[in-house]
Amino acid sequence: MKIGLIVNPVAGMGGRVGLKGSDGEEIHKKALALGAQPVSPKRTIAALEALQEIREEIQLFTYPKEMGGEEAEAAGFKPEVLGSIISGKTRPEDTILAARDMAARGVDLILFTGGDGTARNIYDAIADKIPVLGIPGGVKIHSGVYAANPEKAARLIIEFMKNPAGISLRSAEVMDIDEDLIRQDRVSARLYGYLTVPHRKGLNQASKAGSDPSDAVHHDGIAMEVINGMEKDTLYLFAPGTTTKAVTDKLELPGTLLGIDAVKNRILVGKDLCEERILSLMAENPKEPCKIIVTIIGKQGYLFGRGNQQLSPAVIRRVGKENLLVIATQNKLLSLENEPILVDTGDPELDKSFEGYIPVIIGMGKRMVYPVSR
Amino acid sequence: MKGIKLRRYHAPKYDEPIIMEMGVKGQRGILVPPAEKKIAEAVGPAADILPKKAQRQTPPRLPEIDQYHVLMHFLRLSQMTLGMETGIDIGEGTCTMKYSPKVHEELIRLSQMVDVHPLQPESTLQGILQIAHELESFLKAISGMDAFTFQTGGGAHATYVNACVTRKYHQERGELGKRTEVITTQFTHPCNAATPATAGFKVIILPQKNGYPDLEALKSIVSERTAALHMTNPEDTGIFNPLVDEFTRVVHAAGGLCFYDQANANGLLGIARARDAGFDACHFNLHKTFSSPHGCEGPAAGAYGVTEKLLPYLPVPLITKEGDKYHLDYDRPRSIGKVRSFYGNLECIVKAYAWIRSMGPEGLRTVAETAILNNQYLDHLLLKIKGVSRPFAEGKPRFEQIRYSLQNLLDETGFGTHEIQNRMVDFGIQSYWLSHHPFVVPEPFTPEPCETYSKEDIEYWATAIEQACKEARENPDMIRNAPHSQAVHKIKDFNQAEDADRWAITWRVYQKKKNKR
Amino acid sequence: MERKDFIHPYIPNSVPEVREEMLKEVGLKSVYDVYAEIPDRLRFKGRLDLPEPIASEARLKRHVEEILKKNSTCKEYLNFLGAGCWQHHVPAVVNEIINRSEFLTAYCGANYSDVGKYHARFEFNSLMAELLDIDAVANPIYDWGDVAGRSIRMASRITGRNEALVPKTICPQRLAEIRQLCQPEEMSNAIKIRFVEFDPKTGLLDLEDLKRKISDKTAAVYFENPSYLGFIEEQGPEITALAHSAGALCVAGVDPISLGVLTPPGSFGADIICGDLQPLGINMFAGGGQSGFIAFRDEEVYIAECPLEIYSLVDTVVEGEYAFAEVRAERTSYGMRDKGKDWVGTASGLWTIGSAVYLSLMGPQGMKELGEVIVQNVRYTENLLSSLPGVKIKFKQPNFKEFLVDFNGTGKKVAEINAALLEKKIFGGKDLSGEFPEFGQTALYCVTEIHTEEDLERLYNALSEVLS
Repeated sequence: MKIGLIVNPVAGMGGRVGLKGSDGEEIHKKALALGAQPVSPKRTIAALEALQEIREEIQLFTYPKEMGGEEAEAAGFKPEVLGSIISGKTRPEDTILAARDMAARGVDLILFTGGDGTARNIYDAIADKIPVLGIPGGVKIHSGVYAANPEKAARLIIEFMKNPAGISLRSAEVMDIDEDLIRQDRVSARLYGYLTVPHRKGLNQASKAGSDPSDAVHHDGIAMEVINGMEKDTLYLFAPGTTTKAVTDKLELPGTLLGIDAVKNRILVGKDLCEERILSLMAENPKEPCKIIVTIIGKQGYLFGRGNQQLSPAVIRRVGKENLLVIATQNKLLSLENEPILVDTGDPELDKSFEGYIPVIIGMGKRMVYPVSR
Repeated sequence: MKGIKLRRYHAPKYDEPIIMEMGVKGQRGILVPPAEKKIAEAVGPAADILPKKAQRQTPPRLPEIDQYHVLMHFLRLSQMTLGMETGIDIGEGTCTMKYSPKVHEELIRLSQMVDVHPLQPESTLQGILQIAHELESFLKAISGMDAFTFQTGGGAHATYVNACVTRKYHQERGELGKRTEVITTQFTHPCNAATPATAGFKVIILPQKNGYPDLEALKSIVSERTAALHMTNPEDTGIFNPLVDEFTRVVHAAGGLCFYDQANANGLLGIARARDAGFDACHFNLHKTFSSPHGCEGPAAGAYGVTEKLLPYLPVPLITKEGDKYHLDYDRPRSIGKVRSFYGNLECIVKAYAWIRSMGPEGLRTVAETAILNNQYLDHLLLKIKGVSRPFAEGKPRFEQIRYSLQNLLDETGFGTHEIQNRMVDFGIQSYWLSHHPFVVPEPFTPEPCETYSKEDIEYWATAIEQACKEARENPDMIRNAPHSQAVHKIKDFNQAEDADRWAITWRVYQKKKNKR
Repeated sequence: MERKDFIHPYIPNSVPEVREEMLKEVGLKSVYDVYAEIPDRLRFKGRLDLPEPIASEARLKRHVEEILKKNSTCKEYLNFLGAGCWQHHVPAVVNEIINRSEFLTAYCGANYSDVGKYHARFEFNSLMAELLDIDAVANPIYDWGDVAGRSIRMASRITGRNEALVPKTICPQRLAEIRQLCQPEEMSNAIKIRFVEFDPKTGLLDLEDLKRKISDKTAAVYFENPSYLGFIEEQGPEITALAHSAGALCVAGVDPISLGVLTPPGSFGADIICGDLQPLGINMFAGGGQSGFIAFRDEEVYIAECPLEIYSLVDTVVEGEYAFAEVRAERTSYGMRDKGKDWVGTASGLWTIGSAVYLSLMGPQGMKELGEVIVQNVRYTENLLSSLPGVKIKFKQPNFKEFLVDFNGTGKKVAEINAALLEKKIFGGKDLSGEFPEFGQTALYCVTEIHTEEDLERLYNALSEVLS
């Protein structure tokens, strides 16, 4: 099995000492000056050590020195080292190059240690083409891209190799935020993209009541349910997400994954719209009904406030709560682990009005009622 | 666990071929009586009678095997099947794997059962009609309902019939166009979502809150579009919902009907009744709670019961009594029609009848109490095992079965419920049931030690699980490569059954694809 | 609230000392501490209104036997009833196998502990595939009517269309089940059932009428062979061609025991085949031996749209070993399908194994000979009966095992005739005057391999007397 290893040596250091923003030379210097300790190397080594039992069967590719080479050797691996860096002055560009180089070498999986910034860099390089798994680099983890800890990351990889039937690949959101600092920089927070992440799935067993199909199947059912219910001369605003995109895909429309698209009478009338444009579209035909088709984003399950800020309080109020179609797979709802769906529109009054329950379309002719909270 | 010795079990292993590979051309397994001389002479050969066009040209490529070897082959296959009488089957929770008394088998093998045609005149069916009628009265007493039908071929079928009855009920009131939604809960059996969908309804699933179905969620969604509620209680987690009659009250207030899926009735016999919780209809799995054997998934019976209000809609025919004669009543103009040919799996009805007759009211109480007691005992032993946890309703007891989680074991060792399932059978016990989808409880398993199992059985079972969990920590290869003492080894790649190019549902396709490879 | 002890052979832990031990270990005073979870208002306070137990096995057996003895059997009476449940010979080996404890009591044991069961099921699939001449077979469920409805729903999902054409001669009981599954017409996803005429002389499907009624709305054309009314529907190939030309699927409902001598629907391209397994080695059980099978093409869309369990042979880590796993093809819909998947549940597993044993015993020769003797017996009986004054055989002959006897010329009602036959200890054919009033006084007679020449003569003589 070919694995690419990328370590972001400074991941999370900034946040820890109260510094904001993504990595960079400046931040790194400041953080060190403030006494921050790198955590990525230790965590990487922990994960690699937990891979010992399949070490001989792994062909490891990595980048030099603190970007993986050192950690790999410390854990007893003999990696093929690609590319070049300036030690002590690593940049986001190095991560992007590393991912690209590894993709060119045909790796089956990219294992990385880092935070959301590193995840974004990898996304920039390879999008969702190759499965990716993150070892949390010291920051609070909200994304499904990461395993809970280095040992679990290792175990998932072992299973990926030894028992591929037990692994399914899921899409996990990559956010353009530093979760720790969300409050300070809401405006720039958006859904950046989706990475493909391996996930332990249920294996086959005798079933007298049917099986659990993959997300693609669930999406298909949800899409059909939405489409069957679509009415004429109604403006439908599609919020970001793989589930909403599954609907526009089914309609054979070129919707965007990360932006708000508008559809009327099964034709795309607007793509990747900002708040202003949405409001003006709605103003064009004020008597016309308008509905929002929205899904849940992020590991914590946000209905509004993560990645779909274009659906501002003004837009939501104009449309009206009763004209929201919330769609999500049942697996997504289960991944919230009994926590409610969250809303953070920026308008506390509006948020409060959502408290209670909301029906979520989870398949054809199937909805699940789910609690919503601020 | 206290000196319980796990057996050095090994399943019979015959390396048995597929029957299609067996036999020799010309061999016969059984001979068929030919047409008698007089007949053959009078009408001539069949090939001359049948129109050429309709005749089969190529004989079916069935194997040609002598009788002894057919018998041997299938006997060997039966030996490679654990069933529940040679291996303790505490593991299959929600299935209520109780002992099916052998005397019942003798009864249904009487000529008066096997050699009876359903369309015989009523006067010649009085025996079986009497049994069905009396069983109906027993189930009425147990549930508080006013009538039962046995046409339903299983539990899921009963939930479907309820959806059809719901449909008819609202149709008569001119509300079928409006009442399009059936509400069910997350832990209720998925057939309670699938069967109303097949009947044309949209389904709404209520979430659970700490293991209990969420009443507030129900209130938020119930409306004039509500046709019915389908729910189980206790649910598969074993948690009893004390507000169950609030649920029925809320749905009734909105004009909907309430159906009680009583697959999990074993702990409630004589303790609580569907009627008293406000339900309009319920069902029992006669092949679970009432001892009819499971038969590799059938024949079965999902006795469906209703209150007076829904009686007119029951499928035809009803079995009625006038004086001391039993009748088949087809004059039911408001019935939903047929859901099944004839009257249902009457052999299951006879077995359920005999079982209840041998138990009586005290017996049924004892069954329920023992189911509860056995479950508390198993729970007590299982919760001592590191890696096993019992999510939801902390501190609340469970009824007759429990859904556990091996997530902790997975986190610790990388092995979870599938691996333990593969290993446990090496100790000569039947594999456990995980859970219905979706897996709300991660890494689930759901045992149900019903009244058939002894204290020793329960201890043995818990010991086997404990041993497997121990091996997960100390001897990972043992777990990873399980099973070790079965008729076959670990399946190489389950994806083979998901890949259209590689799956082989029949031997002829297997041959074709093998030759391609 | 504890009661006195009730020790029972089926309840090992009913012994009070054992219960005490267990309660002590668990730390409960009584199981009623657990029942305290149930609010008082929901507790049943009385004693169940059930008869006192018949505790001993000897008395229990006698009690039930005495009730069952009030049934008369098709051994005591000469039986000519069919119409969905048929009297054939059940080989002793079949009953030996299905009465094996392991098969009788197995349920959902997983792939390893119950591999024998899965192995037998795979063999069932394989044997049926040869019999039907088609490549994929699902796990059977309730009965023919149910699987006919499911097949039509499958066709609707696969084609995306909402209409099904069925012959007017369709079995009314099966039609009722199909209607249930296709939903009342006012429901948004209902499948509309339309009827195709039949030739009044032969009974065969009127192909001209089929051509008229088939359209781009048709999901499936369903027909039965042999027909419910007994005649052989030999137009299978034409019906299939017509269905396919309109983009519809052909769903063939068959009596599998006829396929030793009749053309299997797979051979002329039927897309979905359904029927009942009961004739294949399952006792009648007063209608409790029914089992509906569905078979279809081994194509992804069929597998995906089939709501039933499907199993595949799979490899283990040891070369040459046979194991089995459920086929988990993405059970999704393709394109714009309106209907959700149906459900699956416990249904007729034991009969599946019984039929596998039956077909293994019979082999190709046995199935052929069986078909032949039935055809000959039927032809002989038809000749005998039609020689009676006023008696005719309706529709095209030859028939397979059932034929419609027209008594209109006798001036007697079938009900009268059957009552008189009953006194002679004969079960006459099913009275169809209710189901098909347009045919007048007709009865559906069933003759199989179990009937001897003596039996048939006896019928003839009895009818002679009754009709005179």
